[in-house]
Amino acid sequence: MITTDHKADVLVLGAGPAGINAAVTAANLGLSVVLIDQNPAAGGQVYRPMPFQFTHTQELSDAEAIGAVQREKLKKSAVFTYFEHTVWNVTRDLRVDAVGPDGPRHWVCRALIVATGTTERVVPFPGWELPGVIGLAAATILLKSQKMLPGKTTLVAGCGPLLTAVAASIVEGGGHVAAVVDAASKQAWARGMPELISRPDLLWQGIKWIAKIKRAGTPILSASAIERIEPSKKNRLSVTVRPVDSQRRLITSARSQTIVVDAVVVGNGLVPSTDITRALRAEHEYVNALGGWIAKNDQLVRSSVDGLYLAGDACGISGAAAALWHGELAGLTVGYDLGKLDVQAYRALVEPVRKEFYKARKFGRAMGRLMAMPPQQVESVSAEAIVCRCEDVTRREIEAAIDEGAREVNQLKAWTRCGMGPCQGRTCGDIVASILALKTGSREAAGYFTGRGPLRPVSLEQITGTYEYSDIPIPKAAPL
Amino acid sequence: MRIDKNLKRGQQIVFTFNGENYLAYEGESVACALFCAGMPHLRNSPHLGSPRGMFCLMGSCQECVVTIQNRKVLACQTPVVNGLQVNSGTERDDND
Repeated sequence: MITTDHKADVLVLGAGPAGINAAVTAANLGLSVVLIDQNPAAGGQVYRPMPFQFTHTQELSDAEAIGAVQREKLKKSAVFTYFEHTVWNVTRDLRVDAVGPDGPRHWVCRALIVATGTTERVVPFPGWELPGVIGLAAATILLKSQKMLPGKTTLVAGCGPLLTAVAASIVEGGGHVAAVVDAASKQAWARGMPELISRPDLLWQGIKWIAKIKRAGTPILSASAIERIEPSKKNRLSVTVRPVDSQRRLITSARSQTIVVDAVVVGNGLVPSTDITRALRAEHEYVNALGGWIAKNDQLVRSSVDGLYLAGDACGISGAAAALWHGELAGLTVGYDLGKLDVQAYRALVEPVRKEFYKARKFGRAMGRLMAMPPQQVESVSAEAIVCRCEDVTRREIEAAIDEGAREVNQLKAWTRCGMGPCQGRTCGDIVASILALKTGSREAAGYFTGRGPLRPVSLEQITGTYEYSDIPIPKAAPL
Repeated sequence: MRIDKNLKRGQQIVFTFNGENYLAYEGESVACALFCAGMPHLRNSPHLGSPRGMFCLMGSCQECVVTIQNRKVLACQTPVVNGLQVNSGTERDDND
């Protein structure tokens, strides 16, 4: 079977809160819309459902209920969905190549909406690569979708709202949390309070989480971070924790403590996913408070590349509630640009949505600021820490390349192989650039890894699919 | 450890990792089922040979690569099924 290009007015990449709303909004305006996601069901990470084989015997939580409503809305819409499809290539003529359970599939479209969300940032320390150490976002998936605890005893570390959310879920699930290690100080939380009050319901939720953790007797170590993790007896992990300063650097003169646990959960905030916008050479800007590099946008959703649109946290950490509105904004704007709405109708529809988006992102951005990485934090990454996990590149090797004159991350990549492995620098990119920026003075000067396909590892067999030789069209030979 | 409060999982199944039997339930991913069974070590890194396991659980980091039917797949994106044979994702040693 030789695959052909499928046509759609709009392609949406990522079926999280922003992607679902963008797709449904565009479809409701009469556009043909295709929504593609790697996962088996819609919801993204934040509204990720349980596997369909699991059944609840109690009422859904608030987040689960929102996810269920979103999925129902999508199901009732005219959007064509392609789950379990991995997008491995996107080109500037708005062509998308994916592989799925039925082989390769290609689309061309008039508008491409990138709603790919975020990846998690983890500031490296010796031992972060050990089995048994997982990301904070990973822990939320483990807990809410797979319904498992990371271990009998878990240490939860990093920063942001996920810390207490994960620790409270572990306690609720019957696990023991040895400690919550929060890089943010109590003062940093207090500074975010004016915005946090904008969502009293979420603030109250957070307070309930903290109460639950404290009732379980779990210490919350504020302004502290993991210094290193070493393997301990019986497959356990020995975690050394030390206080940090306001830039979240380890205070080496302060007393450390060692805690032995079964599993460690660690995350230092979220980084917008820019692999697709970088691959399409959209213009980007560095905004620390929004998580890092983001595609520049006009009217919130149009990128610098014709036909390429942005929705949700992929263009700046603003939270799930804001992503829902941002998705709708993207859907309406694409509808206008593709001629389904005249200017009056567009303005009338877009204004209230924009207002709600601004309101919702207040809370999300306050959380974003708590999760943003102070530029000096990476000073604490020790020489022997593996920074690039795929290629095992240590801080020492990165420093050696910088000493030899590497001044831009793509040079560092070429010299050390950091960011060259199968994850394409998604895990280390933000950290490597921050380390280099200590020398170059700014993240702008340090740059970002050039985006290139394949965006995810794929085999040639997956790309070509299965076919008969007789199916291959052979062009007429040129006259001699 | 599984949280079984107010929950009914899928059918119990048996799969193998490096030839050893493991119990799991339909709906679970290979990575999570092994992690839960106390087997978080899925492969060794190609350069230093250091032990690795699942990390991001969302198909981004590529750390949980395992081998199924001679193909490299992400354990976190692969559901367990009865009789599935999974092997470590360790690359062939460069010195072989």
